[in-house]
Amino acid sequence: MSYALEICDVHKIFNKGTINEKVALDGVDLKLNPGDFVTIIGGNGAGKSTTLNAIAGVWPIDSGRIVIDGADITRLPEHKRAVYLGRVFQDPMTGTAASMNIEENLAIACRRGQSRTLKWGVSRQEKEIFREKLAALELGLEDRMTSKVGLLSGGQRQAITLLMASMKRPKLLLLDEHTAALDPKTAAKVLEISDRIISENGLTAMMVTHNMKDAINHGNRLIMMHEGKIIYDVAGEEKKNLHVKDLLAKFEEVSGGEFANDRMMLA
Amino acid sequence: MFCLMTLNPLSLLKALPGSVAQGMIWGIMALGVYITFRILDFPDLTVDGSIATGAAVSVMLIRGGVSPLLSLPVAFLAGMLAGLVTGLLNTVLGIPGILASILTQISLYSVNLIIMGKSNQPVSVDNYPLVVALRYVTEGGTGRLLFFVGVILFLLALVAVLYWYFGTEQGQAIRATGCNDNMARAQGINTNFTKVVALMISNGLVGLCGGMYAQFQGAADINMGRGAIVTGLAAVIIGEVLFGKFASKRKLAFAYTLTAVILGAVIYYMVYQFVLWLNMPSENMKLFSAIVVAIFLSVPNLKEKLAAKKGVA
Repeated sequence: MSYALEICDVHKIFNKGTINEKVALDGVDLKLNPGDFVTIIGGNGAGKSTTLNAIAGVWPIDSGRIVIDGADITRLPEHKRAVYLGRVFQDPMTGTAASMNIEENLAIACRRGQSRTLKWGVSRQEKEIFREKLAALELGLEDRMTSKVGLLSGGQRQAITLLMASMKRPKLLLLDEHTAALDPKTAAKVLEISDRIISENGLTAMMVTHNMKDAINHGNRLIMMHEGKIIYDVAGEEKKNLHVKDLLAKFEEVSGGEFANDRMMLA
Repeated sequence: MFCLMTLNPLSLLKALPGSVAQGMIWGIMALGVYITFRILDFPDLTVDGSIATGAAVSVMLIRGGVSPLLSLPVAFLAGMLAGLVTGLLNTVLGIPGILASILTQISLYSVNLIIMGKSNQPVSVDNYPLVVALRYVTEGGTGRLLFFVGVILFLLALVAVLYWYFGTEQGQAIRATGCNDNMARAQGINTNFTKVVALMISNGLVGLCGGMYAQFQGAADINMGRGAIVTGLAAVIIGEVLFGKFASKRKLAFAYTLTAVILGAVIYYMVYQFVLWLNMPSENMKLFSAIVVAIFLSVPNLKEKLAAKKGVA
């Protein structure tokens, strides 16, 4: 059986050769089994979001290899990788098209990986499916399907982005701090929806978070990144028994105390 | 008002059908500008060149013996080609959109001269069965009626086709690209492709407008596109400001918006005619147009700033 995701020795340096040179990924290796739900933590600039962007193909990597379910996607442009991926971003504005209505946004996600033809954009059949899926979110969105997404709250937009990301049962779901911009109550709700969508569809998922409790309570595996490397990787029982103080200790150990100012402390 | 006595209301009334007709034809161009400026969010200055390209192609074909009607789809294709060039400069070569479109616009000046052989080529309604001509409007009677009925039906058909297209999978992909290209790529949309397609459709419409307008005024001129983008923007903005609220509440909101843009062009030319009638020297008109567009474009921003100030106080 092939891995759901295989990242081999990925390197990325931004602004190479300039005064702003930044080693973002410094030999990242990671293998995910199908159905793994990995949470990723680490300080600012550790390479968490950068890893997700490398997988999504936002820019080409300098060296290394990225394979999803046996398919080497290292050289594919962003829009072609979308076939394999579902993505939710930190900024609720990023995942949806504000000037288009809810059903149009969902319909666009429904055609991920297909060529866009001159058929009408949303079919009647799809509208029924959308209505059901929106109702399951319990946010009352099923009665607002022709409302522009721009009129919705951040939490509602993230919930819709989650639906869009999972619509085609992607090989891998990438959640990039997708609750960080939400108030605590909404964040909890969006996390709950995320959990449900992942388990219902049996998705393989990666979730970047700054909240250590969330990182421990969600998923079956946890990795910690520091300076572009994965420095800690736990799964199963060992992960379940983790406490925030264990993670903090681990952090102190690798960063030599410099970590004290990090916003992670607040979590 | 010292000069009011010299103004003749009858002459204004007489000029009205002509300016309405002119506005309706420019409405096609305004639809093109709406597609790039509003839907794609791309400042496309290609149009200043591609409108003259459409005119040049149509007039030269007619003079070469092609039917005036048949010359119009060719003008449309010529415009699409211009849009293709801008699109490729932007997406494949990575030149910023506004600069890419300026490069195409400048090169089209030479291309248009090559097509026409000189800077002005007439095509008289006396010698050719033109599709649209100012003569049909000024002569009155059934000719005028036929002209207006024909043009209105054509415009409605155009609105219907655009409404349909932007509701299809492909059209939605273009709208998503213009609204949020990160989202579009994440959903597997090749945003380079959608940008090029939108630029081609837009400039195709502009080329078509050029062909029709050249027939309407009886000549293609190398300078007829100068400042066309400003006229197009003025039409879009006037349409939005006057009918935006009305249109957005309708069931077929997008179709109403497109119609509003065409009406915007008509109103623009009526106002234009009115200002000319007030004895404004015609060389001042470009200044006038630019000021109108600047005012309308700044209103939403100024409103926001004002609201922010009030919020602080």
